[in-house]
Amino acid sequence: MRGAPGPALAATYLSLLVLLPIAAILSKAFDGGVGAFWREVTQTETLAALKLTIITSLIVVAVNSVAGTAIAWLLVRDRRFALNKVIGALVDLPFALPTVVAGVVLLSIYGAGSPVGIDVAYTRAAIVVALAFVTLPFSVRSVQPVLAALDTDTEEAAASLGATPWTTFRRVTLPSLLPAILTGAGLGFARAVGEFGSVTLFSGNLPFKTEVAAVRIFGLIDSDSLPAAAAVSLALFIVSLVVLTLFSLLRRRLLPVEADS
Amino acid sequence: MISRWLLRAFGFGYVGFLVGIPVVAVVWRALAPGFSSAWHSVDTPAGIHALELTLESAAIAVVLNTLFGVGVALILARHRFPGASVVEMLVDLPLSLSPVVVGLALTLFYSSRQGWIGGWLTARGIEVIFAFPGIVLASAFVSLPYVVREVLPVLQELGTDSERAAETLGAGPFTVFFRITLPAIRWGLAYGVLLTTARILGEFGAMSVVSGNIVGQTQTFTQFVSAYFTNYDPAGAYAGALVLGLISMFILAALSVTRSRGERFS
Repeated sequence: MRGAPGPALAATYLSLLVLLPIAAILSKAFDGGVGAFWREVTQTETLAALKLTIITSLIVVAVNSVAGTAIAWLLVRDRRFALNKVIGALVDLPFALPTVVAGVVLLSIYGAGSPVGIDVAYTRAAIVVALAFVTLPFSVRSVQPVLAALDTDTEEAAASLGATPWTTFRRVTLPSLLPAILTGAGLGFARAVGEFGSVTLFSGNLPFKTEVAAVRIFGLIDSDSLPAAAAVSLALFIVSLVVLTLFSLLRRRLLPVEADS
Repeated sequence: MISRWLLRAFGFGYVGFLVGIPVVAVVWRALAPGFSSAWHSVDTPAGIHALELTLESAAIAVVLNTLFGVGVALILARHRFPGASVVEMLVDLPLSLSPVVVGLALTLFYSSRQGWIGGWLTARGIEVIFAFPGIVLASAFVSLPYVVREVLPVLQELGTDSERAAETLGAGPFTVFFRITLPAIRWGLAYGVLLTTARILGEFGAMSVVSGNIVGQTQTFTQFVSAYFTNYDPAGAYAGALVLGLISMFILAALSVTRSRGERFS
C-alpha cells in the first residue's frame, strides 16, 4: 500500500493544500517590493491592530500561565477538593467549542443586558476575556502532566527543613514546572494572535480601538486589498514566530535544570 | 489551610467565570423561549442546508486528512529522508496560522480572478473559491496536523518488529498494514480523527474568507449561527450555538472515552 505512489501523492497533497497557497501569500506580500510591504504593514490602522493583538495576547498568556498553573495544581495535588471534577470538565470545553460559539457564549453573559451586571462587550477587555477563554486549555493541560509526574520527595524535604508551602512551591516546584508553563504559553500565544471567531463577535471590531490583526486582515480581504492583506498576514506570522522563538530559547535555558534531577 | 481555600476559590472562580457561567448562560438563554422555539430557529431551510454543507465537506476533508495523516506518519516514522523536517514543519503550520490567513492563502492560489491557478481551473469549469471545493480545502487545511500528530508517536513507539515478523512469514504489505499496523494505531487514529472532525465543524475564520457565505448555498453552519447575531437575532444565535455546542460536547465525550481506551490497550 505504501509503494511508490504513496510519497508522491502525499507530497502533491501537501503542496496543493499548504505549500503553494502559503507561497502565494509570500509572493503577494512582496508584489510591490519590500517598500510596498513595509508601507502596508506600517499603515496606522494596521499598526494599531498589530500592537493591540500582541499586547492583549501577552497579557492573556501571562494571566493564563498563572491561573493555569494554579488550576493544574488543584487538579493534581488537591484530590480532596470536591469541585475538581467540574473544573476538569470545564477546562477542556474551550478547546472543543467552535470559536463562534465561544463568542456567542461570552456575549450572552458579559454583553449588553448581562445577567451578572458585567458588560464588557465591544471593549478591549472583551478581547482579553475572549482570548483567555480560547487559550485556557493550553495552559492547564501543558502543566498538568508534568506536575503529576513530579516527585514529591524534594518538596517534602524542603517542608521538613522548615520551608513554608509558598517557599517550597516557589523554590522547588515552580522551577521544574517553568518549561511546561512556557510550552503552554507558547501554544496559547500562537492561538491568541491569530484568533478571529470569538473576538470578532465579542469585541465590536472598532478600528484603532478593538480591531485585532485577524479582523484587520479579514477587512482588507473583504475590501479586495489582497496585497495589503498578504503583507499583514506575513507580519503577523513573523511576530508570532519571533515570540515563539523567544519562548523556546527561554525554555531551553531552563531545561538543563530539569535534566540534572 | 487558608491559603489552600484561597487557591481553591481562585481556581474554581476563574474557570467558573470564564467558562462555567457563560456556558450555563447560553444554554439557559437558548432554551428560555422554550425548546420548540429554539429548535425552530435552527430547523429552517437555511439552517438545515448549512448543517448538511458543513457535514458533507467535513466528511470529505476527514477522509482526505486521515489517508494523508496515516500515510505521512508511516513515512516519517519508517524512513529517514532529507526533507523530513520540512514535511513536519508544513504539517504543523496550520496550528500557528490564523484561520483568516489560511483563507487568504487558498484565495491567492485558487481564486478565479486573483489566484495562481484559478484562471486555469476556471477555464476547465472548476470554481474553488466561494464554492464547495474551497470549503473542503479550508476544512482540510485547518485540520491537517491532528491525525499525523496522534499517529506518529504511536508508530514510533511501536517499532517495526511485528511488521518484520509478519513479512518473514510471507504476509504482503496489505496484510501487514491491515493485520498488524492498523490494529496497533487504532486508538491514536480514532483520537486524531475526532480532533480533526471537531476542528472542522467549528471552523469559522477560514470559511468566512473562502465560502462566500451565500444563504442556502455556501453558508456553513458556523456562519449560519454568526449571521443570526449580525441580523440582531440573538435568540437564534443562542439556539444555533447550543446545537454546535452539543455536537462538540459529544465529540469531547468520545475523546475522553478514546483516551482511556487507548491507555488501557497500549
